[in-house]
Amino acid sequence: MTTAKTDEAAAGEAPAPPAGPRERARQRRRAARRRGGGWWPYVFLAPWFVGLFGLTVYPMLDSLYLSFTDFDLLTPAKWIGAQNYTHMFSNDPVFWDSVHATLLYVLVSVPLKLALALGVAILLNRPLKGIGVYRAAFYLPSLLGGAVAIAIVWRQVFGGDGLFNDFLGWFGIKGQDWISSPDTSVYTLILLAVWQFGTPMVIFLAGLKQLPEDVYEAAAIDGAGTLTRFFRITLPLLTPIVFFNLILQIVDGFKTFTPAYVVSNGTGGPLNSTMLYSLYLYKKGFTDLQMGYASALAWVLFLVIAGFTAVNFVAGRYWVHYDD
Amino acid sequence: MSAITPSIAPLEKLRSLRSLTGPRRILLHTLLIGVALVMLYPLLWMLSSSLKPDTEIFTHPGLIPNRLHPQNYSEGWSGSGNSFSLYITNSLIVTIGAVIGNVVSCSLAAYAFARFEFRGKKIWFGLMLGTIMLPVQAVLIPQYTIFYNLTWINTFLPLIVPKFLATDAFFIFLMVQFIRSIPRELDQAAMMDGANPLQIYWKIILPLMKPALITTTIFTFVWTYDDFLHQLVYLQQNARFTVPLGLTLFLDKTSGSSYGAMFAMSTLALAPTLICFLVFQKRLVEGLATTGMKG
Repeated sequence: MTTAKTDEAAAGEAPAPPAGPRERARQRRRAARRRGGGWWPYVFLAPWFVGLFGLTVYPMLDSLYLSFTDFDLLTPAKWIGAQNYTHMFSNDPVFWDSVHATLLYVLVSVPLKLALALGVAILLNRPLKGIGVYRAAFYLPSLLGGAVAIAIVWRQVFGGDGLFNDFLGWFGIKGQDWISSPDTSVYTLILLAVWQFGTPMVIFLAGLKQLPEDVYEAAAIDGAGTLTRFFRITLPLLTPIVFFNLILQIVDGFKTFTPAYVVSNGTGGPLNSTMLYSLYLYKKGFTDLQMGYASALAWVLFLVIAGFTAVNFVAGRYWVHYDD
Repeated sequence: MSAITPSIAPLEKLRSLRSLTGPRRILLHTLLIGVALVMLYPLLWMLSSSLKPDTEIFTHPGLIPNRLHPQNYSEGWSGSGNSFSLYITNSLIVTIGAVIGNVVSCSLAAYAFARFEFRGKKIWFGLMLGTIMLPVQAVLIPQYTIFYNLTWINTFLPLIVPKFLATDAFFIFLMVQFIRSIPRELDQAAMMDGANPLQIYWKIILPLMKPALITTTIFTFVWTYDDFLHQLVYLQQNARFTVPLGLTLFLDKTSGSSYGAMFAMSTLALAPTLICFLVFQKRLVEGLATTGMKG
């Protein structure tokens, strides 16, 4: 009696009254499917599914496999176990140079960038004439930031006879070639990153606009000064946005490639001081054709970024303040 | 009365502080103009250097050239390997292809996520958000081997086709947020009239989400145009080079005699982004401020 066929026939009309729990669940599912449009969502998602599996999931797994092989693209990959990883950690000084440069780059540039972004956003969060012009001026470098042209200009600005030394000259300071000195070269990249504080600034500004005015008025009545208001009200209320910007900028920092490549002319020099991790990965994969090794580098990068993000989320519980 | 008066004074102080009168306003403007100048100075310096003769670029640091030397532009244009017009054409093919791909594929996916219930939707949506965080370097090598096996290296396909597969999930997220703000009643009314989901997407959702599509267009254009890493990896022959790759050819020259031409081409290379910025400045800045925020 209760074959699939009669079920479907019944479902088209009013549901049969003596339906058991299993039957009712089936009806509910079917109703949900009708609301969901059956296979329609999959039609719309088809390109995305192909992209997700073909260009993300499969490549992730493939790169995990390749990271245990010796692979030069032209001959089949040869399984070598964990050799890539052991070599990386115990026997590859350039790897450690790149880790050092990248951590320095991320850990110095991100806090500076966020502090500047927040500071300028607070200055701009006033009824001020020409505020649109300021916002535009501060955001423009961020939009241009990834361009090769900017990296080229940077190289000249911090070169031996570049703009920066002219500027120092006004104060009677004798400059040097900042790009070709291993002690300072990575700081020119950091300055370039900090110069692009516009994106987090705009996001901070949007957050500042949503802060409740009455809290400030109450605080003013209680006699709270500017600094107290900033540290007791603005900053705590803004922590979700600080958190959002922090995660975004850290991930961005780890991915930085173009300026390191252009400023060092593809070498990561001097003395690997600008060998940011992404540049090292590129060189291993595409210059040296050590694609297995580069895949191992990629997985380490992926795990490090995931680790940083996870730590941020856990730590965030202690300092990020949510209203609801 | 006297009980209220003392509490009003700091409130007024706060208000006057917010509206800023007199010297404080001048101080703030001075500060902001100062910061703005520092921000824009490297760009102005590039522009001015592009108009100076080589001998003057590093010896005469002022912004205003002693004499104009527009030949930098013609020299640079015909300069390195191929003419710059080829690089610009190549860049246009790549960026226009990418824009069309992102607009089509991301809006399709966003419509599904915003308007349908289906099995595992939360998981798929979470995966989609996760891919926003995934660094490109993590998948670069296997993707390269895929395109290598398809013999797509040295073509524009590896730069364009992924965009048709909605790999820029950031824009899916942006569009989902936007579609959620479109009243569902519009879809339902159309459904009553017998429209199928494809027709609803095409005739109702797409026209209404024009602002999100414009934001996607601008950002895809700028980000693809500037995406040096992928172009460097996939385009190996000079004839296929795009603008960023063409620019790096100036760096390979060991002689320092073509600085003027290099700055001229750098300026030109930034021109499309600058024009985009000037035309859409408000939308860009505000679009950015609102997109990341919700959800």
